[in-house]
Amino acid sequence: MEPAILREQSVTRERDRAPAGSDAADARRAAKGDPEAFERLYHAHVARIHSLARRMLGEQDADEATQDAFVRAWQKLGTFRGDAAFGTWLHRLAINLFLGQRAKRARDRERLQEGQDVTEIAERKRSGLELHIDFEAAIGRLPMGAREVFVLHDVEGYKHHEIAEMIGVTTGTTKAQLHRARMALRRYVER
Amino acid sequence: MTDVWTDRLSEYLDEELSAPERESLEAHLRECGACAGALEELRGVATRAGSLDDRPPAADLWPGIAARIAARSETAPGGVRRRFTFTVPQLAAAAAALVVVTAGGMWLALPLGGDRGQPVVASAPYAGAEPVAVAASAYDAAVAELQRMLNERGDQLDSATVRVLRENLLVIDRAIGEARAALAEDPSNAYLNRHLATTMWRKVHLLRRAATLTGEAT
Repeated sequence: MEPAILREQSVTRERDRAPAGSDAADARRAAKGDPEAFERLYHAHVARIHSLARRMLGEQDADEATQDAFVRAWQKLGTFRGDAAFGTWLHRLAINLFLGQRAKRARDRERLQEGQDVTEIAERKRSGLELHIDFEAAIGRLPMGAREVFVLHDVEGYKHHEIAEMIGVTTGTTKAQLHRARMALRRYVER
Repeated sequence: MTDVWTDRLSEYLDEELSAPERESLEAHLRECGACAGALEELRGVATRAGSLDDRPPAADLWPGIAARIAARSETAPGGVRRRFTFTVPQLAAAAAALVVVTAGGMWLALPLGGDRGQPVVASAPYAGAEPVAVAASAYDAAVAELQRMLNERGDQLDSATVRVLRENLLVIDRAIGEARAALAEDPSNAYLNRHLATTMWRKVHLLRRAATLTGEAT
């Protein structure tokens, strides 16, 4: 049974900007073993997948996770039916992969345990510290749960019920995590 | 700012509140400057998040991906055997990806004395680009594939070229063997690592040139 997250969506998201027609043709060619077609798909989508990996898993793991996502996409190309944009399919596949890798990312956990959690920083009296951390870096310092929900909701545009299904929690939890993340990040937005 | 409405501000922003809740919160916002200010900050965060630009990785990850895919034959759904069939230049690029090239020099991305069958990630010091994740077995596989193609198509080259090519490959292979043996004794020697990386790069380069020649000859 294919995971729900890998099911193709009928709605193409705003961020799926790649020309769907050429993507679909390349996906068909790649599924038959054409490496040049798959390389074109890589170049068309690597920025988005790498940015997603960087925000969800952190800078240190982004390159390896991105490679993992494209190798997995190659393995799963036979399941892409073309009902939705290839970018949407690839994006869902990458999210599923990255969520599944959470437990393996020991370095990430260590980073969180070092007291750099921005929600803790936000509780303290405002100092000059946060002014030196840009918004993207601050996202990377959110606790894992809050970061995932924030990235999926505010950056990627998914709805709470979709995120809840992906992560396996209730929408009440995703709403609470999103609010926690936003409250922590508001100090890092230029005014 | 710890009143009962503080934790509902994100839901208000996302239009997730019921109509009565929304009306109550809006009434509160008219009275509470702290919540009104926080709401604007939260709106700023959501707007900023939605406008983040995607940016590609610092280093091209495709050669590493190609090497990993080339290192295995995949079975497509339905049991159909599907193989990633590289062109000669792609194979050469995949093989070349197994060596990290930086402005400061080349660093070998293969574990020495370890299990060469296991995927590894380059972690040697470097400046500039991100390290490239590589599969050690993919290097051998890619080089072997290039050599196999040369064996099959070598008759398209003139005999003098083939002779020179084989002699050069022998010299390079001997140098690689000597460098590996030396590194087995002194694994952390930076000079030896660079020398081995350079020699392997020469082999890839030579194979690529030869493969290109056979491609031009067909």
